[in-house]
Amino acid sequence: MDQKTLTEWESKCIQEEPPECMAACPIHIDVRTFLHYVKSGQWDDAYKIIRKTMPVPGILGRICDAPCQARCKRSEVGEAIEIGEIERACMQMELPLPRSLPMPKKDKHIAVIGSSISGLTVAWDLSRKGYRVTILEPGHQAGGSLLGMDPKKLPPQILSEEIKKLEQFGVTITINAHIEKKYFPDSVLDSFDAIYLSMESLPGKILLSESKTGEQIQIMPQYQVTNIEGLFAGGHSDKSRYSPVWQAAEGRWAATSIDRYVHQTSPAAGREKEGPYKTRLYTRIDGIVSLPAVPVSNPDTGYSEMEAIAEASRCLQCECKECVKVCPFLKKYNAYPKKYVREIHNNATVVIGAHKSNKLINSCSLCGLCEQVCPENFAMQDLCIQARQDMVSERYMPPSAHEFALQDMEFSQSSKFSLARHAPGQLESRYCFYPGCQLSASSPVHVHEVYNYLRSSLSGGIGLMLDCCSAPAYWGGYSDLMKNKMSELKSKWVELGKPCLILACSSCYFIFKKYMPEIEIITLWEIIEKNNNHLPLKHFQHEALAIHDPCTTRHEGTVQDSVRNILNSYGIQIEELELGRKKTTCCGFGGLMNNVNPDVAREVIKQRADESVLDYITYCTMCRDSLASTGKRAIHLLDLFFPGKESVDPAKRPCPGWSDRRENRARLKSDLLRKLWRENSETMEAHEKLNIIMAPDVQNKIEERRILVTDIQQVIYHAIESGEKFFQPATSCYKASFRPHQTTFWVEYSQKEDNFIIHNAYAHRMAVVTEGGSQ
Amino acid sequence: MKYYDESEVIAWQCEKCHQPLAMGPVSVEYLGNRFDIRLPKCEKCGLILVPEDLALGKMAEVEQILEDK
Repeated sequence: MDQKTLTEWESKCIQEEPPECMAACPIHIDVRTFLHYVKSGQWDDAYKIIRKTMPVPGILGRICDAPCQARCKRSEVGEAIEIGEIERACMQMELPLPRSLPMPKKDKHIAVIGSSISGLTVAWDLSRKGYRVTILEPGHQAGGSLLGMDPKKLPPQILSEEIKKLEQFGVTITINAHIEKKYFPDSVLDSFDAIYLSMESLPGKILLSESKTGEQIQIMPQYQVTNIEGLFAGGHSDKSRYSPVWQAAEGRWAATSIDRYVHQTSPAAGREKEGPYKTRLYTRIDGIVSLPAVPVSNPDTGYSEMEAIAEASRCLQCECKECVKVCPFLKKYNAYPKKYVREIHNNATVVIGAHKSNKLINSCSLCGLCEQVCPENFAMQDLCIQARQDMVSERYMPPSAHEFALQDMEFSQSSKFSLARHAPGQLESRYCFYPGCQLSASSPVHVHEVYNYLRSSLSGGIGLMLDCCSAPAYWGGYSDLMKNKMSELKSKWVELGKPCLILACSSCYFIFKKYMPEIEIITLWEIIEKNNNHLPLKHFQHEALAIHDPCTTRHEGTVQDSVRNILNSYGIQIEELELGRKKTTCCGFGGLMNNVNPDVAREVIKQRADESVLDYITYCTMCRDSLASTGKRAIHLLDLFFPGKESVDPAKRPCPGWSDRRENRARLKSDLLRKLWRENSETMEAHEKLNIIMAPDVQNKIEERRILVTDIQQVIYHAIESGEKFFQPATSCYKASFRPHQTTFWVEYSQKEDNFIIHNAYAHRMAVVTEGGSQ
Repeated sequence: MKYYDESEVIAWQCEKCHQPLAMGPVSVEYLGNRFDIRLPKCEKCGLILVPEDLALGKMAEVEQILEDK
């Protein structure tokens, strides 16, 4: 990813955009953080936030007219937060002044004429930058128009104390200053490097209109530069109402212009975001309870401390995080896409040190829900799949990340499972049933039944293909492997005469549609829908079912409709989940999430299972099995027509383990060959004949550790053949190991006649180097 | 520092040689990185035992570090 692409990705995520209040504030006070601190009673920290940005906070904080409130999101669910009143309460808390370090003194002297709020702001800002500032106040008392403020809001004593603080900071204040109108501004510029004219009070207005006879002086708004060199002016608000914060803002912009004028730097560069601007931040307010503002019990003194805290507690603390709210994976890493983009970029460009974000990249289920809920359509899945492909091609994909899944894919594509044939006795196929690897692995009975159904209800020859579409290779980012496997698959399809594939798996549908578009495909659900009522309903469902759409059908409205039409035609009531159809969620299997990060995958499916109290119905085997793994009652659409043994409640069928999934596939193939084609294909390897017995807890343990029964059989077989094993006399147990490929498996077992009782198994990838090779 | 319980190891013996195990030098390797460590092995034939705590603990940790390198 180059720098430009990175920036484009980053700018798409709006989480770091400022909230409305901050964007509306002419001087951009971080109101959200301020209110956060007030809410938790951290007044010192709240005060620091104000002081960081607000000039003369002791004054402005008391009288700010808070234009931010007009854009407060709270007003859409109740009344806007009384930000101005909370600020006032904060200023009345008598908090200790935070330490501020004075800047090195500059040899430049600035005159500020008038001491209203904009003039004081200029003095505040420039003195903090190290300028010598002299306020020339024509009146007999500093404060200008501030002297006319409501004394309950701004007591005269406070005003004079705050002005004194400016003096302590090195600002000189001259009252009764006489300025000759006739010679203005030249008379002043003789002694100063620049002048600021505070326009709120009368003297400023007089000077501006009467100086330099005949010459019209103009002020450029936002920069507060005038057409006379060295003269800056502001505070003359054009607004119909009096606005201290706007006047302060003009003072601030003038101070910036003066600083740039004195240093002869670009007057306009980088000042686009001065003053209120639009923000792209999105904050969803659905479901937020409307609340009115906390009333001020005593208008003279304003909010009490507790009232201010209560009012600040109403703040929504606006943020987007739409994607994070719905995705346990995005939540897991405690940030949001903008940060993740940066991490993923750094992961790819790291020269020295670890690729810290490998796991983050590999944990995404690639389901695409984030893109659907994001106001800007940020697609985390595109980012992660690209990163994975790069990791594979640049050879830093951790070997352990997807090995188990890829081996499972290899198994499906091997002769143990794969098969491509015309129907028995047929020489051609108009259609070909392609159940996919996991339906076969989880529920082989469905494959038998559906194949019988299809052969009896469609004409033109219905072939059968058992295989894997290569989705695991796609998910892992193994593009070359995927291409090779797909081309093998295509050859088989060509040999069958290019039949239309009838798919029972939505992941297959996704892969075929996107990466093998030359192959004609149709879902099994569309076939069932078209042959309406030909299939007798065998599993009667009286209660309504909540429908879970597999994430790979997200953009397949027609497929989703077909399933609903089938259910409707059989009179089955369905409940749509809030996150359904285009906004459906993953089951934790997609993208090999459960392979890389089983903890997050468990959270994903648990969250989904908890969305409704009803039983679920879905049309993807892995979705059903994942739901079942949480204890949720869930059926596959096919269970309605082919529920299997009567004694078993299909909604309670457990999620099969990885060893069972392999055995089911191998058996499905041999059963089909025997029943339909009258062929015997039993080809068991020697180790597969060993009889293994495991207690349920051991079974669960090896399942979690991704150790297959066949791995265990290989270890024991090797131990018997080589005699290499350890013995523990106290327990009469054996312990042996075997390393078929990249993993060494260890098994602790005991033997009882022809049975091997397994007590424990574990594995490591690191090889023990012996003289004869790796152990 | 011990990454596994040695008493568990003492309980095992080599079935082929009927010998107890003793700690000895062993090389382990992953992704082209080789380390010399000490592991229990048969004194006679040299058959090496990797205890579970080591395999699932320190070894897994180092594997992860090397994979992310």
